[in-house]
Amino acid sequence: MAAITMKNIVKQYGDGFPAVNDVSIDVADGEFMILVGPSGCGKSTLLRMIVGLEDITSGDMMIGERRVNDLAPRERNLAMVFQNYALYPHLTVYENIAFPLRLAKKPDSEVDRLVREASATLELDEHLERKPGNLSGGQRQRVAMGRAIVRQADAFLFDEPLSNLDAKLRGQMRTEIARLQKRLGITTVYVTHDQTEAMTLGDRVAVLKRGLLQQLATPRELYENPGNLFVAGFIGSPPMNFLPATVEGNRVQLPFGSVEIPAEKAERAAGRGLLIAGIRPEHFEDASLAAAEGRSGSTFSANVDAVEWLGNETYAYIPFEAPDEVKQQLHQLEKDLDGEAMRTQLVVSLDGASRIVEGQDAEIWVDGRRIHLFDPASGENLTVDHSRAGRIPGTEVSA
Amino acid sequence: MGNGIRNRIGIIVGCVLIMVWCLLPVVWIISLSFKSETAITNGSPGFFPSDGGGAGWDNYQAVWDNEQFRRAILNSIGISLIATLLSVVVATLAAYAIARLEFRGKKAVLTIALAIAMFPVVSLVGPLFDMWRAIGLYDTWPGLIIPYMSFTLPLAIWTLSAFFREIPWEMEQAAQVDGATSWQAFRKVIVPLAAPGVFTAAILTFFFAWNDFVFGISLTSTENARPIPASLSFFVGSDPFNRPASLLAAGAVIATVPIVIIVLIFQRKIVAGLTSGAVKG
Repeated sequence: MAAITMKNIVKQYGDGFPAVNDVSIDVADGEFMILVGPSGCGKSTLLRMIVGLEDITSGDMMIGERRVNDLAPRERNLAMVFQNYALYPHLTVYENIAFPLRLAKKPDSEVDRLVREASATLELDEHLERKPGNLSGGQRQRVAMGRAIVRQADAFLFDEPLSNLDAKLRGQMRTEIARLQKRLGITTVYVTHDQTEAMTLGDRVAVLKRGLLQQLATPRELYENPGNLFVAGFIGSPPMNFLPATVEGNRVQLPFGSVEIPAEKAERAAGRGLLIAGIRPEHFEDASLAAAEGRSGSTFSANVDAVEWLGNETYAYIPFEAPDEVKQQLHQLEKDLDGEAMRTQLVVSLDGASRIVEGQDAEIWVDGRRIHLFDPASGENLTVDHSRAGRIPGTEVSA
Repeated sequence: MGNGIRNRIGIIVGCVLIMVWCLLPVVWIISLSFKSETAITNGSPGFFPSDGGGAGWDNYQAVWDNEQFRRAILNSIGISLIATLLSVVVATLAAYAIARLEFRGKKAVLTIALAIAMFPVVSLVGPLFDMWRAIGLYDTWPGLIIPYMSFTLPLAIWTLSAFFREIPWEMEQAAQVDGATSWQAFRKVIVPLAAPGVFTAAILTFFFAWNDFVFGISLTSTENARPIPASLSFFVGSDPFNRPASLLAAGAVIATVPIVIIVLIFQRKIVAGLTSGAVKG
């Protein structure tokens, strides 16, 4: 077992395109690290550089105390689970799991013991003599994991291991992976584009965009203190709402009205002109329900365009007009997030008990303390709490 | 239901027609090989030997007792197997490189290989005859193995590189991460997966070498290296003015047996869809 340290890792392809650009991540011994981002952000490339399937243009890759930049994959002692599992179809499940041990020339008795141990852990005992072609997706996934855990590898690497499974199985396997990792206590790097996996599995999460590290923090820190617009928009579902805003004193002027925010936040954003306010859907509430609970905050009235009632909660959609400057930035953000450019609308998540009706004006409550304010030009979060935001490259000086 | 039955009848009738069309010559050769020499000379049109015209196993016995014929069989088996083995080994390595590596002149290699395959065999016989005599390869096994290889390699390389391209990259990468060297990954993962392709290439090569007549007759002069097709044409029997049709037929049948055996052995290895299950289907 070992820590993995990436120092200023750069991957440049022949055409000069930097797929990974100056990324530094330290994975502690036994830590579960997630690399997340939209497609093409370089997360898989980074993983493949750790395991040695991709050359490193510059920077240092350290596993434990060893610099492994120039070592072949087999010399790095890492175990990897591929997105498509990459099982050996001509070998039985048993031989698939035994493959790394056979290569290491372990004696037969030990191979047998280790394979049976791994298969018991993954409940593959009754499938050991079958070929991968006769297994279901979930079983193949488990065989791929078996092949990884059977060796005493320094770390596990996962490359979107659950993306080929259906939703239900994905949930089960996710829990299974988390449990396994905790039990084995082995350093793990896990690549995914699914933010649910990122939030639930990771001790820490590294968010990447176009080869650049955006923020490296715990899931909670990412959620509560996103470093910039991209992270804010990427983490959370439904995503954070972005609204044009101007700060006047202790109040933020939004398209629907003005909301009071803490003085400390207002101070940091003062005198910046037009800003983008980010508010998560769940920080809104039906004003009548909020008042009943005695929650403090501002309320505003807006025309509700559409309502989706899900039982435990209700999503209400409120369209608004944004100035061109903000619109452009939001449009770019949508593109970065692999999304479709859609209309500017507010998505608010209300309690299921709310009686708000489509097409009518509704009184909405908003929690002013949870508002984030972003610089529209740089996307930087002006109101971020640096002591609780992990590491945000480019802002360490001010932290 | 009626439709299904009609379909099946149609398929059966079609199959029978094709079988008759393809197998009639073969069956007729077998029929000839069991007739006596005189019966054929006098005319024996029936499929089964006429009364007293049957020769039993005599023809086979006669052919087998012929020293020249036995040598020819040995030559053919030896030359074809060696050519096949070398060709498949070289083609496997070459095709792997072509499928996996990016190198200068890759297109050129493939194009030249194809051009060689299209080259008319006959046009090379003259130059080869001259060259082989000069360097002492005339009438030797290598003198036939080399031209067989050069004509079967292109096809084998094309077939195999198509197979290698079908095998996902991840298979090798997984093997390498699991601790295999490039060579181990190739031998333990890639070659077994490409086995159907390897055996297809082997069958094609063996066919070419076994059936070749032009090289066989031009580049040999004695039983030293003369393969069976060439040898059959020299098979004159006791009477030079009367070709021994029944003996030739028996010889032809014997010459067919090894190829049937080889195909039956290799065919078992060509299991389609061996790669299924490697990745999420």
